[in-house]
Amino acid sequence: MDEIARIAGILERFPQIKRNALIPLLQAFQDEFGYISESAIASIGAHLSLPTSKVYGLATFYNQFSFIPHGTYHIKLCNGTSCYMGGAGELLNEITKILGISDGETTRDGLFSLEVQSCIGACGQSPVLSINGKYYSGISVIDAREIIKQYQDDAG
Amino acid sequence: MGISLKVNGRHIEAEKGETILSALNRNGMHVPTICSMKGLSPSGACRMCVVEVEGWENLVPSCSFYVQNPLTILTHSPRVLKARKTNVELLLSNHPDDCLYCERNGSCELQNLSEDLNIRERRIPGKKSPHKMDRSSPAIVRDPSKCILCGRCVRVCEEIMGTSALDFAHRGNELRISTTLAKPLNFSNCTACGQCLISCPTGALIEHVQFPELDASIHAPEKIVVAQFTPAVAVSVAEMLGLKPGIDMSKVILAVLKRYGIDHVFETAIGADILITEQAKIFEQRSGETGGLPLITSSCPAWVQFAEQYYPELLPLLSPLKSPQQITGSLIKSWFPGWAGVDGKEIISVVISSCTAAKNEAQRVEMTKSGIPVVDLVLTTRELARMIRLTGLDLDQLAGESAAKGVPAGGTAGNLTAVAGGEAEATLRSIYHCITGKDIVPSRLHRFRIHKSCHEMTVQVGKREIRIATVNGLSNAVALLDEIRTGKKQVDFLEVMACPDGCTNGGGQPIPVNKQILRARSRAIYYMDNDATIHGAHNNPAVAQIYHEFLGEPGSQVGKEHLYTTFTKREVLL
Amino acid sequence: MLAEKVFLLKLAQGDLRDMTPSQAGKVSLLNREKVTRPLIMVNSSTSGIVAGARETWKAIEKYVSERSIDIDLCESGSIGLSSEEPVISIQMPGRTRIFFSRVKADKVVSLLDDLFHQVIPDHLLIGQLRREGQESWADVPFLDEIPFFSLQQRIVMEACGIIDPFSFGEYVARGGYNAFLKTIRSYTFTEVCDLVTESGLRGRSGGGFSTGQKWKSAFQTSSDQKYLICNAEESDPGAFMDRTLMEGNPFQLLEGISIAAYAIGSNRAYIYIRSEYEDAIRRISNAIHRLREMGLLGDNILESGYNLQISLRKGPGAFVCGEETALIASLEGRRGMPSTKPPYPSVSGYLGRPTVVNNVETLCNLPGIIKNGPDWFKGIGLPGCTGTKIFSVSGRARISGLVEVPMGTSLDVIIHDIIGGVEKGRDLKAIHVGGPLGCMVPPEQMKVPVSFENLKSRGLVMGSGGILVMDDKTCVVNIVRYFMEYVDKQSCGKCIPCREGTRRMAEILGGITRKPVDEEGQTTLERFKGVMQLENLADVMKDTSLCGLGQNAPNPVLSTLKYFRQEYEEHIFDRKCSSNTCTELRNWYIDVDLCTGCSICAKRCPAEAIIGTTRHPYFIVQEKCIGCGICYEVCKFAAVFYR
Repeated sequence: MDEIARIAGILERFPQIKRNALIPLLQAFQDEFGYISESAIASIGAHLSLPTSKVYGLATFYNQFSFIPHGTYHIKLCNGTSCYMGGAGELLNEITKILGISDGETTRDGLFSLEVQSCIGACGQSPVLSINGKYYSGISVIDAREIIKQYQDDAG
Repeated sequence: MGISLKVNGRHIEAEKGETILSALNRNGMHVPTICSMKGLSPSGACRMCVVEVEGWENLVPSCSFYVQNPLTILTHSPRVLKARKTNVELLLSNHPDDCLYCERNGSCELQNLSEDLNIRERRIPGKKSPHKMDRSSPAIVRDPSKCILCGRCVRVCEEIMGTSALDFAHRGNELRISTTLAKPLNFSNCTACGQCLISCPTGALIEHVQFPELDASIHAPEKIVVAQFTPAVAVSVAEMLGLKPGIDMSKVILAVLKRYGIDHVFETAIGADILITEQAKIFEQRSGETGGLPLITSSCPAWVQFAEQYYPELLPLLSPLKSPQQITGSLIKSWFPGWAGVDGKEIISVVISSCTAAKNEAQRVEMTKSGIPVVDLVLTTRELARMIRLTGLDLDQLAGESAAKGVPAGGTAGNLTAVAGGEAEATLRSIYHCITGKDIVPSRLHRFRIHKSCHEMTVQVGKREIRIATVNGLSNAVALLDEIRTGKKQVDFLEVMACPDGCTNGGGQPIPVNKQILRARSRAIYYMDNDATIHGAHNNPAVAQIYHEFLGEPGSQVGKEHLYTTFTKREVLL
Repeated sequence: MLAEKVFLLKLAQGDLRDMTPSQAGKVSLLNREKVTRPLIMVNSSTSGIVAGARETWKAIEKYVSERSIDIDLCESGSIGLSSEEPVISIQMPGRTRIFFSRVKADKVVSLLDDLFHQVIPDHLLIGQLRREGQESWADVPFLDEIPFFSLQQRIVMEACGIIDPFSFGEYVARGGYNAFLKTIRSYTFTEVCDLVTESGLRGRSGGGFSTGQKWKSAFQTSSDQKYLICNAEESDPGAFMDRTLMEGNPFQLLEGISIAAYAIGSNRAYIYIRSEYEDAIRRISNAIHRLREMGLLGDNILESGYNLQISLRKGPGAFVCGEETALIASLEGRRGMPSTKPPYPSVSGYLGRPTVVNNVETLCNLPGIIKNGPDWFKGIGLPGCTGTKIFSVSGRARISGLVEVPMGTSLDVIIHDIIGGVEKGRDLKAIHVGGPLGCMVPPEQMKVPVSFENLKSRGLVMGSGGILVMDDKTCVVNIVRYFMEYVDKQSCGKCIPCREGTRRMAEILGGITRKPVDEEGQTTLERFKGVMQLENLADVMKDTSLCGLGQNAPNPVLSTLKYFRQEYEEHIFDRKCSSNTCTELRNWYIDVDLCTGCSICAKRCPAEAIIGTTRHPYFIVQEKCIGCGICYEVCKFAAVFYR
C-alpha cells in the first residue's frame, strides 16, 4: 500500500477533529511508519486544522516520537538509577564505540538504532537492554559486544 | 468590590479576580516581567514577577495569582531580590557576552534587567548552548543564542498574527524556538510581518540590516541613490532620537538624507496616491463584473503572503496593484530617469519603511524587471534612526527642507495608508469621486479612524451603498475571511493590514512600543491629513503630473506594466 | 456465557450469601482454592519478561506437551521480588502454592521433574502460600514466616503475583467489585468523599494531600462535566510499584477508579499510562474490555443510574507529565508544560473542567477502605498518616523488590529486617528516598518512623516511595550528579530557574566528579565559583520554580550537603573519590617491580596514556589518563594499581 493510502487509513480512524487527538494520531503514525515524517506532520496539521509548528513542537517534546526511521534492530538501553549503577553508562559507551551512533541515531546502513530509555522499573535485573523487544539483563560490556556481533552476523 | 492588599506596608485596593500584577501596576508599583504580554493570558514562565505572599511557602508569580482574599505582599524583600537576581544571572550565563556588537544594544530588556538588579560579576560559570543563526530570510534574522525563551514571539505569531510559524520545540535545556522541522525561516510559513521582532526582548530576532549596502552605494560615485520613505517612518523615527512620539519628521528626514549623500528623495505616499487612484478605477470596473467583489487590498506584503498561503482561492479578488513602496520604486526606475536625465541602470532604489515584510517583498520575482529588482534595498525606521545618529547632524539646527522644485514628491490621502483603516478611507474618497464626480467631505469618513481590530460599515455613495470592512491583525482577519470565502458575508471593499493598528505598528518600527505610543503615531498621521490642503489622491497635482507625463490614465497599458503584479499559491508547511 | 455473567455479577454484589454447594464449588475453583489439575503460574509481567520469563514459559509448554501432562499454565503478575525473577508458582491439586525464584528456561526441566515426582527442591525455592483448605508441604517455609513477607503488611499488593490478572472471575471470587457496587448502591457522592476523608487516605505519589479533600473540592465545583484521571505515568527511576499493581491486579485499580469517579460526580475517567509500559497497557485494556462486557462500565451500570466510561491514554513519554497540570496539558494535545496553580485542577483542569488526578497506589487503596470501613484503615499506620505505603527498593540492596508496610515503619526495618541489608561483603552508606526529586538519608536518620511529616521535619521527602540503597563503594556525589543530569533532561524548560538552574547544577557537579583539566580548560577558580553557587541555586530553584519538578530538583543536593558534606569537600579540595567510583579522579600507576612489559595495557588504553618499550616496565602519563581502569582489568600480572 502506498504512503498516501496508509496515511489516509490512519486519519480515518480519527474522525473527531479535536486537539486532544493529536498525541494518539502521532502515536499511530509512529507505530505505522516507525518515525514521524514531513508528510505525517503536514497531514496531521491539515486533518486537525492545527499549525504544523504545533504538531512538530509537540512531537519534539516527548520521548516516543522520532524523526528518523529506526534501524532494523532497535536497541533500547534503560537509564534508570539501578541500571546506571549496574554499568549502563559503560554499555552506552561501548555501543557507541562499536556502532558509531549515540542516543536517537541510526547507523548509516540502517541496521541499528539506539534509544536511551527512561527507567522501566526492572531494577532487580540491571542493567537492562533490549533489541527489538528481546531483553538482555544483567549483562557486561563484553556480553554486549558479543550480542551485537551476533546481530551483525545474522544480518549478513 | 475591592479587596485590600497590604503591599510593602502600604494598603492598595484590588478587584476580586484580578491578578496581583495588575493591581500593583495600577497603583504605580512595578515588578520586572519578561514573559508577560498585555492583552494575553499570563504564562507564569519567567518567574521574574515573583513576590512574597504571607501564608504561601514559596514565592508567588504576581502575573498569574488571582486575588480572592486580602493578602500581605512584599515585592522587593531580600528573598525576592535574590531570586530575581539569580534568575537573570542564570539567563546571562547562557547568553553571548556580545552587548557592544548587538543590534539591540541600548534597547535590550535583558540589559535593563541586569542593570536594575545591579549585576556586576559573572558568578555562574557554564557552557553556552550551541545554536546556529538563521539568515535565510531577507527580512528577519534569528539568532537563537540570544533567545531567552520568553515565548512572546510564539504567542504573537499564533494568537495575534494567526500564523504560528514558530513554536517551542524539544524540552529542558534543549528547548528552543523553532519552525516546523527546524526549516530555515525562508521556507516556513512566516510572512515576515516582524511582530515577533517587536515583541522580542533581546537581539534574538532582528531585521536583516541593509545599511552597509546603502552606505556602499552612496559612496560609489557612478551610482545614483534615490530613496523614498513612508509616512509611518516620518511619525515614528523621532522616538529613537530622544524626542516624543508622534512628531512628523518628514522635512528633517528629507534634509538628513540629502546631507548623507542620497541623490533624490521621494515620499512613498506619492505611490500610495497612485495606488488609490488606480484602485478606485478597478473598483468601478469590478463592481460591474459578477463575482468581482469584494475588492481586497494588496498593499500589505505580509497579508499578500498570508493570502497566498492560506486563501489561494481569494487571490483573484485581490487588488492587482503593487504596494505603495513598489509603485514608487517602479516609477523611480522607469519614469524618473527620463525626467531627471540620468542613466536608469545606475539607479539604486531604496525604500525606508516601517515594514519588515517589505524586505521580503523586494526580492519577489514579480517585483523585478528584466531580472533586476525594482527596489534594491529596504531599510527600516530603526536603520534610518541609526543612520541619522551616524551623520552627527544637529536636528534642531537643521532647517527642514522641502522636495526639490518640480519633483513630484509628496502624497496626500496616501499618507493615511500608514494606519489601519486609512487605505479604505483614502480609496473611498476617490471611489466617491469616480462614481459621483464630486468630492466627499472628509469628516464623513472619519469613523474609519475608530480604533478597532475589525470594522464594518456602509457608506452611501450616490445611489449605491458600499459595504466596507477593515481588519488589522491577521488572526482577526481569519474569521472574517472564512465568512467571505463561504459566502456568508457580503462585502464590497475589504482592507486587510497584517500588523495590529497598521503600518505605524510595523515590524521595522522603534522598540519599545505601547498603546500610548501607537496612539501618538496614528494621531500624527491624522493631523498630517487634516492639515493638508488636498484631500483626494485624484486631486493631487503631483499625481496628475505623473499620469500626464508617463502613465496616461488609470488602467493604461503602461500603468499595467509598471504598477500591476500577480499572486501565486505558496506551497509551504502551514 | 450469559449464565456465567449473571453468576459473577451476583457474586460481585454479594448476593450469594447462602450458596448452594455447586455455587460454592464454582467459587472455590475461580479463586483457586481448589484446582482440578496442576496450576503453574509464570510472572509474565515486565519484571519477569526482562529476566527471561518468555523463554521459561516456552520451556514449560515444551515440557508438558512432550510428556502429555495436562496443566493449567497461567500468566500472573509480580510478587515483588524484582531481583529474583523469573518467579513461577505451582499448585498441585489439594496442596498449597509453592513459589520458586530465578527459574530461567534452562532450570525448567529439572524443576518440573522434581515437582511431578512430589519432590520440592531446595534450590530456587522461596516458600509456600498458606491457605485454608489446602494441604501444606513438609519442610517448606511458609511465606508468612519469611521476614521479607512476614514483616510486610500487604493490603494493596495482596493479590499481586498470586492471581491471574486477566481473570475477572478470580477477582470477583476473592471479593472484588463488592466495594464499587456497594458504593453506587448505598452511598451518595458526598458520603463517599466523607468516608475517604475520614479514613485519612493521602496521595501516594508524594504530595500527601488528603484524597477525600481533593475530591470534595472537585465535587463542590459545579460543571457540566468532571473528569477523574489516574496518573500512571510512573517515570521515576527506581519506582515500579504502580506498574506492578497494574500488571498484577488491574481490576483492583479499575474498581478504585470507578469509586473515585463516582465520588466526584464524574462519568468520564482516563488512565494516563506511559507508552513504555506495554504489558501493563495490555492487562489494563483487557480488564476494561471485560468490565464493559460485564456491564460494569457503560451506561446505567446494573440499573443504578450511574454511567461511567474509562479510557486508556498512552503517555508519549515525559517524566514531567507525572505532574498533574502537565499531564492534563498532555491529554489536551499540548506540550507537557505545567501551568501555575491556582487555579487547581479540581476547580479548572482538563478542558477547563473540574478534574481530579489520583495516583495508582492511592486508587488501589479505595476498594479496601469502602469494603472494611474507614476505622479499619485508620487502625493501620499512624494518626494523620494512615494506611500502608509501598516502597520499591533497588540499588545495592541484597534483594530488589517491593515492600508494603504500614506508615510509621522505619526505614531501618525496611532495609535491614525486610530487605536484609546490602549485598554481601559491603556496608550501607546511605539510602536515597524518592527518586531524582528525593533526599539522601544517612544511616543515623533511618530510625525515623516513615510519614510525610516526620520526613519533612528532617528535610527529607517520601516521593513516590522509591528507595535506592547505596553501599560504601557508591559515590554519593556521583549519584547526585546522575540525578541532576536526569532532571536536567526531563525539565520541560518553561521556567528559568528549573531549565537553567538544573543545567548549571549538573555542570557544577560534573566539574566536581571529573578531572580538573578538561578540553574546555575550566580552571580551578571556575570550579570553586560553581561550588559556591550550588547552595544559592538550590535555594532559588526551590523557592521560585513553577512546578514540583523544579522545586524538588535541588533536594538530592541539599540533603547531601547536609548529611554528606565531607564527601563533597573530599571531591572538591582533595580531588579524591574515596569510593573510587568517580573514575577520572582515580590516579593509576604501574608497579615497576611487577610489570613484565607485555604492552597489553598500552594497546588497550583508550587515551593512549601508557608509554614504554616491550619487556621493560611501562609508565602511565597522568595528564593523559582518563581513569577508566581498563589497564587494571587487562593486566595479567596485577601490576596496575590506583591511589
